[in-house]
Amino acid sequence: MAVGKEIRTKINSVKNTQKITRAMEMVAASKLRKTQDRMNAAKPYAESIRRVIGHLSQAGPDFHNAYLETREIRRVGYLVVTTDRGLCGSLNVNLFRALLNDISRWREQGIEADLCILGAKGLAFFRRLNTNIVSAATHLGDVPKVADLVGPIATMTGAYREGKIDRLFLAYNDFVNTMTQRPTISTLVPVEPVDAEDLQDHWDYIYEPDAAELLHNVLERYLEAQVYRGAVENVACEMASKMVAMKAATDNAGKFIDQLQLAYNKARQAAITQEISEIVGGAAAV
Amino acid sequence: MATIHVEIVSAEGAIYAGEAEMLFAPGVLGEIGIAPRHAPLLTYLKPGEVRVQPPGEEERFFFVTGGVLEVQPRLVTVLADSAARAEDLDEAAALAARERAREALEGGSGEIDLEQAQRELVEAEARYRAAEKLKGRR
Repeated sequence: MAVGKEIRTKINSVKNTQKITRAMEMVAASKLRKTQDRMNAAKPYAESIRRVIGHLSQAGPDFHNAYLETREIRRVGYLVVTTDRGLCGSLNVNLFRALLNDISRWREQGIEADLCILGAKGLAFFRRLNTNIVSAATHLGDVPKVADLVGPIATMTGAYREGKIDRLFLAYNDFVNTMTQRPTISTLVPVEPVDAEDLQDHWDYIYEPDAAELLHNVLERYLEAQVYRGAVENVACEMASKMVAMKAATDNAGKFIDQLQLAYNKARQAAITQEISEIVGGAAAV
Repeated sequence: MATIHVEIVSAEGAIYAGEAEMLFAPGVLGEIGIAPRHAPLLTYLKPGEVRVQPPGEEERFFFVTGGVLEVQPRLVTVLADSAARAEDLDEAAALAARERAREALEGGSGEIDLEQAQRELVEAEARYRAAEKLKGRR
């Protein structure tokens, strides 16, 4: 019986799509777990380095390090962390919206913004707009490496030291939990001084070679650690967002299949009824 | 014999944690050895070898490309760099990042064009399907 062949084909094609989205959901879930482990692995380093900065700034409050000085703002810089791939819901779009709002607020005050973009999606988006992209890095992968981040960071911190920009922001998605990712724009430089009161230990170090030079070294590492954390957190957000988006897609495909199945059953039933009535009609006519 | 707790961490994760009788590190002013009850010290490291001597075990070696060494009364932390860093290397990486942005802006980079092409293809397909559907209804 050749009833509803189109419907059956359609059902099969939707089922195939559903298989793909379900697989993507599961892949994202497993990657999310691994990325969360990576987020936790980065914590001890960041905490140690923050404590060291606290000690260093306590050791010499009159150090003039460019990274710690607040200057009058004439131009700002953004390090924007985005994903490389799509199919992750509104994750990137939300971040772009927040960022564009921020940039236009600066523009109203006559302050221009320089951008450094990490991730292919961000680059594809901002190159179409009238923005000043200074540097970029794409295809960092699901396991970001500090080595890949050093270059883009150096362009922005270099610009800061040379006085081309007076404030550097980091724009990324903050991983709150699997359901919530918050677009976040935080100040990277000038580095907020660590409150010496928070340090519980009251000894001072021997500094080799001297505290000022050490401070500069440590601050650079601190900035890199911050950007790295942003990058890892953004990957976690990407995976969480992808998981949710793919789950929704799988559910929708399921609903769609149910509807199609119903339509198919109806068509089949109609065909059978028609056939019976034809036979009955034919028999009665004899 | 007294021991000191040693932690070697990098931005990408913890590398080593454990008790040690002695630790050697390539300090920027020369090789330094840290024994238990060493005075608090802060210095940065040259590329080289960090050696840890756990009690009653064989010495462990770690290669670092640089980093920061922090000695507290009961704890030694090595903040190892996860990337080789040198002024000229940083410079080169910075240049490469700048170059990528320029290429992308000039519409050169193949990857981005591929992505755009894919997007256009999907759109064209959707249009085609919609057109087919409309034709079928008429």
